[in-house]
Amino acid sequence: MSKFAKKKDGEVPAVSTASLPDIVFMLLFFFMTVTVMKDSSVKVSNELPQANEIKKLEKKDRVITIYVGAPTKEYTKTYGTEPKIQLNDKFANPSEVGDYILMERAKKSQELQNVLTTSLKVDKNANMGLIADIKLELRKVNALKVNYTTYEGDAFKN
Amino acid sequence: MALRDEMPQVSAGSMADIAFLLLIFFLVTTSIETDSGMNRLLPPIDTISTMDVKKKNILAITVNDKGELLIDDDIVALSDLKLLAIEFLDNGGAISSDDFYCSYCKGKRDAKSSDSPLKAIISLITSRDAVYEGYISIQNELLLAYGELRSREANRLYNVDYSSLEAMYNAPDVTSAEKEKAKKKIKAIQNMFPLNLSEANRN
Repeated sequence: MSKFAKKKDGEVPAVSTASLPDIVFMLLFFFMTVTVMKDSSVKVSNELPQANEIKKLEKKDRVITIYVGAPTKEYTKTYGTEPKIQLNDKFANPSEVGDYILMERAKKSQELQNVLTTSLKVDKNANMGLIADIKLELRKVNALKVNYTTYEGDAFKN
Repeated sequence: MALRDEMPQVSAGSMADIAFLLLIFFLVTTSIETDSGMNRLLPPIDTISTMDVKKKNILAITVNDKGELLIDDDIVALSDLKLLAIEFLDNGGAISSDDFYCSYCKGKRDAKSSDSPLKAIISLITSRDAVYEGYISIQNELLLAYGELRSREANRLYNVDYSSLEAMYNAPDVTSAEKEKAKKKIKAIQNMFPLNLSEANRN
């Protein structure tokens, strides 16, 4: 008799992996539902400030996003370290913001064009001058609803 | 034969692998975006507001290029801003025979401060070199001040928080009659403490 075939009494039974696919599927579905595919990569450092008097931006299709911040490392050589505006995939001057808003607005369907919100995702170290320029441009094209996008948190930590 | 009648078994052993592969793909591509912030309405460009406003009805907040917060030329801490704003808005300094007498104000009724919340204007002047996060903190504190006053009135009149009124208005499953009712209440509260926030920049 081979001594390897002998089963010991105190052996631990194998863990059943039959439910592993179910668990993985559950995770998979979670990530599938929460995923938002990015349409543009952010080329500026974008650490948002914190605030607690905030509201959720409900409908994604009614939002136009403008990023502001210092260019990330790979772009500092070409664009410097001063905070810049990013529209879609490229850096822009404040004067181009108006055209961009009009262009984005034209892409939306008719009934949404009047209810658009501009989400300003501004790095917390950007200076107010740039924001003021953007706000002036937004007012010129009558895009008056803005949302200063922030993280939820204590405003005193800023 | 018995074997012929049975359906052939599909091996499910690789299902976990396939699911893992998909899971990892979605894990990598997911970016849970921040989609909340402070909603503000910018003034239209063609309104050049040259109103005559008494000096006592203006709370002049300035942020200088070092990011310091000044109210009427005195440096104040950010933590005091909310109370100062509430004190100013809620002052109700107009005398009771005046048109703008504020019956619901609970402030000090100081004749040197604002007449009524309807007339009180908070003016925020930021230097171009000030940093954005400080500006956000100040906006946050001012919105908190308004929110607190509005909640106080909402509690007094309707026994409900202002934020829950807004939530009621925005909820997807309310009837239009309820929505209309909530809207009416919100409007009434907003008219008691209108958000008179003027912003400007200084070079």
